[in-house]
Formats: sequence, structure tokens, C-alpha cells
Amino acid sequence: MKNLLFLLMLMVIIGLAGCNFGGDSSNESSTEDTIENSSENTGTVGEETSGKVINLTSDGDIPTLDSAHAHDGIAFTVLNNVNEGLYRGDDAHNPELAMAEDHQVSEDGLVHTFLIRDAQWSNGEAVTANDFEYAWKRVFEEVGHYNVMFETAGIKNASAIIAGDMTPDDLGIVALDEKTLEITVENPSALLNQLLTFPIFLPLNQAHVEEVGDTFGTEAETILSNGPFLLDSWQQDQGWVYKKNPDYWDAETVSLDQINVNVVKEVSTAVNLWESDAVDRITISSSYVDEYENDENFANVVRPEVIFMRFNHNHEHFANENIRKAIDMTIDKEGLTNTILNNGSVPLYSLVPQEFSYSPNEEVDFRELNGEFNQGSVEEAIALWEDGLSEIDSDGFEMSLMSSDDDNHVKSAEFIKNQLESNLEGITVNIKTVPFEARLENEKAVEYDMVISSWGPDYSDPMTYIDMWVTDGPANRMDFSDDEFDSIVAEANVETDAEVRYQLLLDAEKKLMDEMHIAPLYQSADALLTRSKIKGIVRHPSAPEYEYKWADVE
Amino acid sequence: MGRYVVQRMGYMVITLLIIVTITFFLMQLLPGTPFSNPEKLSERQLELMSAKYGLDKPLAIQYMTYIGNLIQGDLGLSFQSEGRTVISMIGDRIGPSALIGGQAVVIGVLCGFILGVISALKHNTIFDYGSVFVAVIGMSIPSFVFAALMQYYIGVQWGLLPVALWKDYSYSIMPSLALSAMVIATVARFIRSEMLEVLGQEFVTTARAKGITEFVVIIRHVLRNALIPVVTVLGPLTVSIMTGTLVIEKIFAVPGLGEQFTLSILVNDYSVILGITLFYSALFIFIVFIVDILYGILDPRISMGGGKKDAA
Repeated sequence: MKNLLFLLMLMVIIGLAGCNFGGDSSNESSTEDTIENSSENTGTVGEETSGKVINLTSDGDIPTLDSAHAHDGIAFTVLNNVNEGLYRGDDAHNPELAMAEDHQVSEDGLVHTFLIRDAQWSNGEAVTANDFEYAWKRVFEEVGHYNVMFETAGIKNASAIIAGDMTPDDLGIVALDEKTLEITVENPSALLNQLLTFPIFLPLNQAHVEEVGDTFGTEAETILSNGPFLLDSWQQDQGWVYKKNPDYWDAETVSLDQINVNVVKEVSTAVNLWESDAVDRITISSSYVDEYENDENFANVVRPEVIFMRFNHNHEHFANENIRKAIDMTIDKEGLTNTILNNGSVPLYSLVPQEFSYSPNEEVDFRELNGEFNQGSVEEAIALWEDGLSEIDSDGFEMSLMSSDDDNHVKSAEFIKNQLESNLEGITVNIKTVPFEARLENEKAVEYDMVISSWGPDYSDPMTYIDMWVTDGPANRMDFSDDEFDSIVAEANVETDAEVRYQLLLDAEKKLMDEMHIAPLYQSADALLTRSKIKGIVRHPSAPEYEYKWADVE
Repeated sequence: MGRYVVQRMGYMVITLLIIVTITFFLMQLLPGTPFSNPEKLSERQLELMSAKYGLDKPLAIQYMTYIGNLIQGDLGLSFQSEGRTVISMIGDRIGPSALIGGQAVVIGVLCGFILGVISALKHNTIFDYGSVFVAVIGMSIPSFVFAALMQYYIGVQWGLLPVALWKDYSYSIMPSLALSAMVIATVARFIRSEMLEVLGQEFVTTARAKGITEFVVIIRHVLRNALIPVVTVLGPLTVSIMTGTLVIEKIFAVPGLGEQFTLSILVNDYSVILGITLFYSALFIFIVFIVDILYGILDPRISMGGGKKDAA
């Protein structure tokens, strides 16, 4: 009887594990060779020993490779490296012609004519103007996540289609012939070329997409490539492999033969993999920074994500400029980033972060041109506080500070509470920690007093931070409204002279920050370990983030 | 027996339906939308997307639609990974989880069984204390501690096994070992205490008095009776361990189901939450059913079709 029992148990276990093992081995067979030759100490497979291979990590899987639906940094990076649109961001993050060979603009700036270069998809078919027309219209048919990018770019009728007044067929894009593409915009736009590097504007091969149907973008086999790399394999939650695309029009520029990306979600695991030479580039958390900061492979890179506080402008006290200034000034932002967070992030005294945007001709950092705002001592802050309170006849108030349950945000909230309560007499801060989704809902309903928010850029231009604050804008979420600010933004939106437009952007930020309508806290940063032999990985400030086209191994 | 099985199947379906219903409505209490990066979505865009995925319909209609699809074996599409079916998401990820978990259970049962038997037969000797010590360690130290220690020493320092990732069979060994500690401890403890209890029973004395060899007494009379509680805990333990464990999968970068389930709840991926819940529940109910059948084999006093004693 006992034997019978064991037999039964074994059968259950083997039965369940067995059928899964079958699944495993099929996974293995497709990735085996790439793994073998990527690890340096295995000399068994000779195929790749001469090739240039790098091993990267990703903190998550690719959700989808359908460019209409892609909605996260991981997918954008993959799409950007296996596909190519009209423009691609160069190593200085400026748009350069890619699938388009030539770009002519009509005199009124409304009609853009692109000549598509001789390039081919990985199934051998030529890339045509129709591939763009089809892909762009499909975004609206599919209700793509980011179809608002078409509105931002001002493509004709995009807004009307989203509003439901027109159909996707009315979009201002038409393939005049096989190689000529005509795009019509609603206003002349200085941003258009920059925006066209975004993956939602990628072309699609209609015949292929229709053939694979629902499975499009869910497997490596169901996508086509027209970019610097081919997606050789993709295992769910495990990783993917890029291989150089021999048929890419600019293939001679591409140096890397293969890129293996492994999904590693735990930082400690990534560090152990790094130590065992299994990966060549990882992002580490603040707890590892002290250990690695003197390593030659270490780099601390500031990112364009800004963390700031929204004031509820309906709140009697926050409608007062001096009170807002006092609250902002009294927070020791350097103490916050260096002591409390200690993760490489830098204090922020403005809306637009540093190392994000540079003026059109002189290439001076936006930050340098506009300087910092509202820096001062605690004494000055107290003086502003007292002025503000007497202006509205108040002797202090109790308020809530909302924060999402993100570790850094919670730490920041506690620090801010301590700073405000110990420096400003009469203020009581109650911290309210909620999940991210709940914070967002409260922000949208403007149901908070102060809230710690964050914002990452949608595109590489200061406008992505500035137009958040126009009256009733979708990212305003604090009932802030200022006619002068609105008119500067409106003017910048139609200005085609790059320098004049840049000045308007500077003015807009100045207008907002002179009165401290938000309280900036810090700009985030990444601590990276990259093997020093790897050169030329370009990281753009906004999506698509990474370019491997120019990467190389010495 | 046949009637009993059919009856149990019926109960299983009803239980599953209740679980799906409760999960479906509880899930609606999660704040936010199933669409990622909601911060960047305008109200109009949310409206359009909700309409596309049928989320703008009344809850009752959504529920009926879901159940209707479920009956046809369709678990729907993931919201986060557009275009990917929930069934393929579970299918792709259960393999690694089940392999690691299955190995952990096999290792755990074998080692735990040996430890427990030695412990009981050599009661109050150094062997007993030794295995009790092992059991206490295995029980009280969380598996991720073993995992982290093993990863550092076996993987990084000595280079005996791959540190992490999922490429060939050797990558499954360390996660399985890390997971098995708890199984070893559980099995050893139960076998030990149950055997000690059974050894003191009168029928064992009777058997010995009949002159049966000690080996046969232990195998036929003691072990068989001591196994009942072990089977009880082992069933559910096997399910939970084989369907994936978040921490071990994260530490060893294993593309398993445990991590996927947690992620889907965090991002409100409704169809994935429902699909995995359903899968877990079905497996769990099935194992409980198997355990009940095993009871009957191990202990004839428990009857299957009698109706007087409900084995559930």
C-alpha cells in the first residue's frame, strides 16, 4: 500500500512537472546557442567567439511589440532598435532622417512631403509610403494607448478623430505613390521632427500584420524588422535576443552582432550576475551605491523625471503666493537628496530638469538660461510665511500631504512634514499615504491639499513640462489657471522660429516658477554599472530611450 | 466510488464558479484602470479604451460575458500585454514554476521522510536532536534567506551553479534546493510526531507480540498510519509551491507564474488576475480531491461512497 501511495504521488508530480518540462526544453532549444556563446568561459560553441556580443538586463518583460499599443519604456526601446520611422534620434538626441531620405515642407509649413528611402522589411518586401499611412490610421482603429501623440504633433484631423467626429481614414496622411508620403499638419510645428522619432509613428507592413492577425506583436516571429537589429528570439519574462540586421540600409554603421537581454527584476540578483560576469550592464539601487561608487564601471546619470508637489489652488492658503514660496523655501532639498534619499538624485529648484534640453543655436542648458528659483534661507522663508499669513488673516492651518506608497515618495513626505512643522509656526502636516492609482484619482479630482507628484517627459522638449499647466489641461490637476501663462504657451505652440520659441518656453517657466505654483523637490537619477569596454549606447531623455545602433565593444 | 467521484466533480465546478464570482466583484474595488501609465491618459482616451475593452458596460453584463467566454474555455486577453491570451500567459509561465516546485517537493519529501523516520526510531538520541534541529532551521528561516546565501556562495563565490536566469536544466537546481528547505522541515516534523504517536499504540504492540519482524511492523503498521497527516499537508503545499513563489522566482530571475500573479494585481490586469485565480483554485481543489482519495487507500476506516462520512 505504501508503494502504491508513493507511486501515485510520483505520478502526480512527474505528470505535472513532465508536461512542463516539455515546454522548457522547447524554450531551451531556441536560446541555447546564444546563451552558450555569450558566457565568456564556455569555449564549446565557436560560432560567436569572434562576434561582438553584449549582455544587458531589463527589469521587466516586453508587454507588446505592436507599435499601436506599446505603452512602456521597455517596448519602446525594443521597437526603436528593430524598427525605424521617418526620423531617428541621433547621439545628441536630435532627430535625423531615417526611413525618410528627404523631407520637404510647404511654404505655409502645413504640408510635409517625405521621400521614403530604399529599405526593406525582414521578409524582403520594400518599405513603402503606404506602410506609414496604414500604420498611422491603424493606431486610431486600434485605440492605441498613445494616440494623443498625433494630437501633440498636430497631424491634421487627429483631434477630431479622437473626439469621434471623424474616422481614422480622415487622418492627414496619404501615400502619393510607393515612395512619396504626404503629411498634413494643423499648425506649423517646431516639434514635428522630434516627435516623429516616437515609436507610435513607425511604419507597418500591411500584408504581414493582416496575415498574423491577433498574434501580431506577441512573439518574435510575428513582427517584421526594418531597423538596425532583428529580434531573433523572445521568451516570455525571460529575455530576448537582438541580432544585427544585415539588410538594414545603414548596416555598416552597426557594430554589434548580438545583444542578449535578460529579464532580472531583483537588484541583488542583477548585482550577483554582474559579479559573475553574466551581464555587462545593470542599474543598482541606492543601497549598493556606496559599495560601487569608486568602481571604474560606475556612473550616476541624472534622469529627466521630476518629483514635485502640487498645491491645491482652491485651498485658501495655497492661493497665497507668499505661503507657497515659504513652504517651498523652507524645505532643505539638498538634505533630502543627499541624506534622506541618497540615490544620486539631485535637488530641483525649477520645473524643467537639468541636462534635458539645450537652446537651439548656442546649445546652452535650459536650466542655465533660466537659473534656479526661490532659493533662500530658513529665515527668509519664515518672513515670507508671516507675510503670507497676515495677508489672509490666518494664524496657521492644518493640512494633509498626500503621497503614493512609493518608498522615495514616502521618505520625502516624512522629511517635508518635519521641515515644515519645525520651521513654520502654526502649520500641521498630516501625511496621507495611498496607492499610486488612488493618488492619481485624487489628483484628477483635485481632492488634496498638497500632493507629491512626479512627471517624466513624453518627448525631448521643455514643452512636455510646460503645457501641463495650461488652464484645464489634463495634467494640471490643481485647478491652476493663469491667462498670461496660457497665452505664452499658445504662442509657443504656433511659433516656428526655434529661437523665439525657446525664449517663450523660458518665459513660461519663469512665469510659473516666479510665483511658485508648484514646489519642485528633486530630479531622479540612475546608478549604473556598465563594463568599460562597451561604448556608444545612446540614452535619450524621453522615449524611445535606448539606441544600440552606434554601440560597440572594444 | 464512481458516484462519489461524479458528485465531487459537481461540487468542484460550483466551488470554482463561486470563487470566480467573488474575485470578479472584489476586483472592481481595486482603484484605477487596467491600462498602464494612466497618468498620461486623457479622460477621452480612457473612455475610448474602456469602450474598446467593454469596460463601459454595466458590471452585470461584463460578468455574464466573462462567464460565457469561460464556459467556452476562453479566459480573455491581457490588458497589459495587448493581444496575448491569458491561457498562453499561464501556459508559458507554469513550466518553470512547476519544474522548480516539483523538484523541491521531491527533494523535500525524500529528505524529510528519511529525517523523520530516523528521528522517530532513534527517539531522544543525537540523531533525533540533529534532525529536529534541521527541521526547526528549515521551518523558521524563510526560503529567500537560503536563496540569497546559496546564490552568493554557490553561484558567485564558488561558481558551481549559475547565479540566476533560466536557460538550461542547471538553472533550476538552486531555486529547487532553496524551496525544498521548508518541505523537508514540514515533512520531517509530521513523520516524526505521527510515528512516535503510532509507535505507542496497542496495535503496534500486538503486531510485535505476533512475532512479525520489526521492519515489517514499521513499514506496514507504523508508517502507513503516520502518513495520513503528511498527505493532508502535502497536497496543498505541493500546489502552492508548484504554482510559483514570488520571492524565489524574483531572486533567481525565473520566468514563473508566482511573479506574474502579483504583478497582475498591482497593475489591475483584470483578466489575468481572474485567469490565474481560477487556475490556482482548480488545481487546489483537484489536489484536495486526490488527497481525499488517498485517505481511503491509506485508511480503510475512511469510506468513499458511504455518505455518512463526508470526506471533504
